[in-house]
Amino acid sequence: MTSRSIRRVAATALAATMALTAAACAAPNEGRGSTKPTDTAVVGIAFEPETLSPLLGYGKDGNSKIFDGLLTHDAEMRLQPALAAALPDVTDGGRTYTFTLRPGVKFSDGTPFTADDVVFTYDTILDEKTNNASKAELDALDTVEKKDDRTVVFHLKYPYAPFAERTVLPIAPRHLAGKQDVNTGPFTTHPVGTGPYVLTTWSKGEKLTFTANPHYWGGAPKVKHLTMAIIKDDDIRATRLRSGDLDGAILPPELAATFKTDTGRRTLAAKTFDYRNVTLPSANPVTGDRAVRRALDLAVDRQAMVKGILSGAGKPAYGPVPTDSPWFAKGTERPHDLGKAQQILDEAGWKKGPDGVRAKDGQRASFTLWYLSGDKLRQEHALAFASDAKKAGIEAKVESGTWEAIEPNMKQDAVLAGGGSPADPDFDQYLLLHSSLAGDGFNNMSRYASKTVDDQLVAARRTDDHQARKTAYDTIQRELAEDPAYIFLTHVDHLYVVDDRWKDLTTQVEPHDHGLASGPWWNAEDWQPAK
Amino acid sequence: MTARRALTAVPVLLAVTLGVFAIAAASPFDPVRAYAGTAGLTASQENLDQLRHNLGVDRPLLTRWWDWLTSALTGDLGDSASLRAPVSQVIGERLGWSVLLCALAFALAVTIGTLLGVLAARRRGGALDRAVTATAYVLEAAPPYWLGLLAVWLGALKLGMLPAGGLTDTGTDLVTAGQTARHLALPALVLAASQLPWFVLYVRQGVGDALTEDPVRGARARGLRERTVLLHHALRSGLLPVLTLIGSRVPELITGALLVETVFSWPGIAAATVQAATSVDFPLLAALTVLATAAVLAGNLLSDLLYGLADPRVGFDG
Repeated sequence: MTSRSIRRVAATALAATMALTAAACAAPNEGRGSTKPTDTAVVGIAFEPETLSPLLGYGKDGNSKIFDGLLTHDAEMRLQPALAAALPDVTDGGRTYTFTLRPGVKFSDGTPFTADDVVFTYDTILDEKTNNASKAELDALDTVEKKDDRTVVFHLKYPYAPFAERTVLPIAPRHLAGKQDVNTGPFTTHPVGTGPYVLTTWSKGEKLTFTANPHYWGGAPKVKHLTMAIIKDDDIRATRLRSGDLDGAILPPELAATFKTDTGRRTLAAKTFDYRNVTLPSANPVTGDRAVRRALDLAVDRQAMVKGILSGAGKPAYGPVPTDSPWFAKGTERPHDLGKAQQILDEAGWKKGPDGVRAKDGQRASFTLWYLSGDKLRQEHALAFASDAKKAGIEAKVESGTWEAIEPNMKQDAVLAGGGSPADPDFDQYLLLHSSLAGDGFNNMSRYASKTVDDQLVAARRTDDHQARKTAYDTIQRELAEDPAYIFLTHVDHLYVVDDRWKDLTTQVEPHDHGLASGPWWNAEDWQPAK
Repeated sequence: MTARRALTAVPVLLAVTLGVFAIAAASPFDPVRAYAGTAGLTASQENLDQLRHNLGVDRPLLTRWWDWLTSALTGDLGDSASLRAPVSQVIGERLGWSVLLCALAFALAVTIGTLLGVLAARRRGGALDRAVTATAYVLEAAPPYWLGLLAVWLGALKLGMLPAGGLTDTGTDLVTAGQTARHLALPALVLAASQLPWFVLYVRQGVGDALTEDPVRGARARGLRERTVLLHHALRSGLLPVLTLIGSRVPELITGALLVETVFSWPGIAAATVQAATSVDFPLLAALTVLATAAVLAGNLLSDLLYGLADPRVGFDG
């Protein structure tokens, strides 16, 4: 009797649970297999943008999907007109840029795009009340002027050759964004632009979904529905890719390798400017010594790091410019040479002590090397660097911490840093090397100061003569090889595993940041079905 | 009693928010760095200083707290710096999903836990009891994060029955009841499983003890039916500790939800809490802390009320 009634309760509860589960499984998982429609793409990304407002910095390097800039990049990173009808007319010795706007472009809400929107966008970004952390990138810009509805003129404070590269930043509609709080208004989460896709929902922490903009000036995209799922954990992203939930995802090398034998998917490796280096602060008596710097530069085994840490997906780095870039100064490669490194240290008077660590005038050849805690790639680079340095008799004491913990020590301690911006050599090198930026935030962390380099950096940004710029950057790279203020270790490839349902997928050369629209989906609007 | 308890909650909430502001201000995290993200790594010092001023984080702790408090009282919860939107909007968009997840998981844990506990208590030392107890101990030791990964592996990958994450199918953005139910199943089961052992073990202990107490033995001696004895006598007194447990599990439920939401990309409030904390987003952090504190206080109040209802010997003004 009692047991029967309890059984009845249990049976009811069990039945209810099963019914719930059954209902939950009732719909077949149409997301599996190769029967998926080719007008739908779901990709997994690791980082979520803080905002979708270009006024706060979203999409500043181009590729924003919802928006267009005046210019954009093609697959080879060459500038192409987007909202501008043509590349700008540069006059006044490189201080005036005149853009003629593409006619007939409309925002996705139907409002025509005009010169007012361009002026509004740049003025708002430069406004000090706008919380845009990237506004220093527009330092060269003095004023933006509307000549007529189709013509916009940018006046610069000084001739700045790479300025056109900055005009890939997205244009916001004045009629919407101009009527609300620029820092927190609804436009920051529900943007309206001129781009190939229209944002339908942004479920923060989960995903962003887009539908094709049928009235896109560049033609309606074939992929009608595009979803970017935000999955921070690498393992979960790989699992959801394997389960068929995702059509593509960015993965770290060791997880991408597990898809090698997968017949329905392939791996794309995007070449990058994304470097890892070790800063060598000039204020530290050990890292500030040129002999130590040169010895470390020769003692590190970059090839072994590429093979061991990156599973081959990357290449040795000798400076911010990757060896396969046309801007690279040929002949500045430094092969691994431990013997030479030892010799340099011996000649400079750094004598080996009983514990294997060198010393000079009572100063032990020892310094602290910080890396960002939780970043496995940086940790492995730091440990490999310390082990290579040890072989030359230099001790790098590896410590981890958050940026808040690292920042107060950057003046005298080395840091495993990263960066990289492919659009123009000025973007990386000026911030990294100019003496005026020594210790300014995270710029020029080594506090490097060289008159020659300073002069060449300025000369290179003030002329738009390609050969003259190339000569200047060659000189800078050779100076850096003579006195390596930073030890560049590797350039890291970004790996993407993608379903085979589309043909001819490409990647662009990528920066250090993982933007929303990097990887093969940089041009999702141009994807064509494989069949 | 309810009104008086609500009144005492006021100073508690005030102290908690002030504490949050003080701890966050003392934490090594820099709100400006968090706000700027990767852009901060190339931003000029001048730019960062301007941001610091715009965000108002260069003002003294007490000023910031007082400003937040006075505007919160007028209904303005301020703007979240980390999510770039008004706090009320952030909470409005996310709270419902967290409540849905927690409520379902909690209901499952209480129902299944009570059921299994009673079944185990009926024959202590029996096969069922040993199986249930052992499972409960294993679950008690398993972190929800690990359970979540296991569930994704099993439910989504091996069996392919249930989606591995999100609120709806990744490819669509229509929120339908059916889709939400399917997506809710795994996270709710995992969260329920992480709470289950407490209820199982408490009920088993409570009911088991009650079965050996005098009133039950007396009832049996009077020849009452076993069902009446179990449900009316043993279960009633055996459930008392469980009622207290319901309230005290609220904080655990919140932290459990935090991990489960992360694993399943569930767009709830817990994920926002982590973000608010690590980016020292004062307005959002304070509002969320008030919410969590209120939930814990309400949980305790609820268990006291239930206790009073279940056991007439306990006065409501005790």
